[in-house]
Amino acid sequence: MFGLDLSFYNWDVISKFVLQGLWFSLQLTLVATIGGIALGTVLALMRLSGKAALAVPATIYVNVMRSVPLVMVLLWFFLIIPFAIGRPLGAETSAVITFIAFEAAYFSEIVRAGIQSIPRGQVFAGQAVGMTYSQNMQIVILPQAFRNMLPVFLTQTIILFQDTSLVYAIGAYDMLKGFETAGKQFGRPIEAYLLAAVVYFVMCYTLSQVVRQIQIKTQIIR
Amino acid sequence: MNWDWQIFCKETTTGDQIMGCFGKGQDVTYLDWILSAWGQTLVVSACALVVALMVGLVIGTFRTLPQSPWLVRIGNAWVELFRNIPLLVQIFLWYFVLPAIFPALQQVPSMILVIFALGFFTSARVAEQVRAGIQALPRGQRYAGMAVGFTTAQTYRFVLLPMALRIVIPPLTSESMNIVKNSSVAFAVSIAELTFFARQSGEETGQPVLMYLAVSVLYAVSAFGINRVMAWVENRTRVPGFVAAGGMGGGH
Repeated sequence: MFGLDLSFYNWDVISKFVLQGLWFSLQLTLVATIGGIALGTVLALMRLSGKAALAVPATIYVNVMRSVPLVMVLLWFFLIIPFAIGRPLGAETSAVITFIAFEAAYFSEIVRAGIQSIPRGQVFAGQAVGMTYSQNMQIVILPQAFRNMLPVFLTQTIILFQDTSLVYAIGAYDMLKGFETAGKQFGRPIEAYLLAAVVYFVMCYTLSQVVRQIQIKTQIIR
Repeated sequence: MNWDWQIFCKETTTGDQIMGCFGKGQDVTYLDWILSAWGQTLVVSACALVVALMVGLVIGTFRTLPQSPWLVRIGNAWVELFRNIPLLVQIFLWYFVLPAIFPALQQVPSMILVIFALGFFTSARVAEQVRAGIQALPRGQRYAGMAVGFTTAQTYRFVLLPMALRIVIPPLTSESMNIVKNSSVAFAVSIAELTFFARQSGEETGQPVLMYLAVSVLYAVSAFGINRVMAWVENRTRVPGFVAAGGMGGGH
């Protein structure tokens, strides 16, 4: 069919080259999502704190990260981290740090919108029963906000998973790199890229359908 | 680390300092190179944006048609296909896979292929916004069109789209800014745009920090410029008395 060599598609090739990359892509997605949400929540709270000393740096950080392409941020961190820590760092570790720092900016916008979507009365209610700021956030505001944000978080995670392919720029070994290496090794780049597209599609499409189900379930709340 | 901005006045092959910083004839300075790279980024982004808006408008409209289940299905399939494959993989598909399957594409310049890759990728997102925009209109608008005897095409042309397109300007603004950032992925197939320049020149000159800094600033400036243009469009097309998307869903 179209001159494709279907013998390329066998388990030996995949297990030898692709699985290691897939494992890294998944790890990167998971770590960056958790780290990004944690750091993003801190950034969002800083911006909503009403104190300029906290809000201004957080705003600058978020806007700078959001105005530069991820590929450039990957290159920047790959260049700068070794200077900062005084020794060379592998592309994989550098990619993990970059993704946490970069995605935090995007997650912080989601968290900020989520917190702002909670009616003011909830904040006042917390204050009225004598809660401190952190109690109010932990017990009243954030649990509701995160629940509303869950579908958006998951959608962002799918985008994040797709973005992990960009570690190509610094040569980290992710799933796409695995397919590419396999393609080069056997002289079958076309087949390799096609299979890569299919695998990414199946994974992202399945996830997006799951997100849709969750969206329908959580929609009833408000 | 020494910050030698004079590096932008150097000739790229000989390393000679050029007076006035712009090379003449065969001489190309880093300043010349970065400006042409910026141009490439802007051309790729602008062309891809045109493709994305045209395709996205059609596909987004398809998905809202009341009596054409097949067009709705095609529209949905289009969006799912282009939204669920990473942009870099899509660029590889356009650049390596499609020309191998359809030999006629081998004559097409790689820049055009990248424009279509980026355009189609973004078209899925535009289509999603257009669909949401049309569906956000009160149902009465569609009925009003039908009541005065418009065909479906006329209803869309004269009633639904003029309002829906105004609603989707804010989300399309952010898509347009994304397209500039996403064009950076074109470095992978050696389009001489800003990110490609950053990698190449950083290695050649040994001054990557300066080169990255200049490139990052140009990206930010481009995105901001697009933001201003879209704000101007939004302002010019505003319907007096109609509060657009910004005010929707808000309130108490």
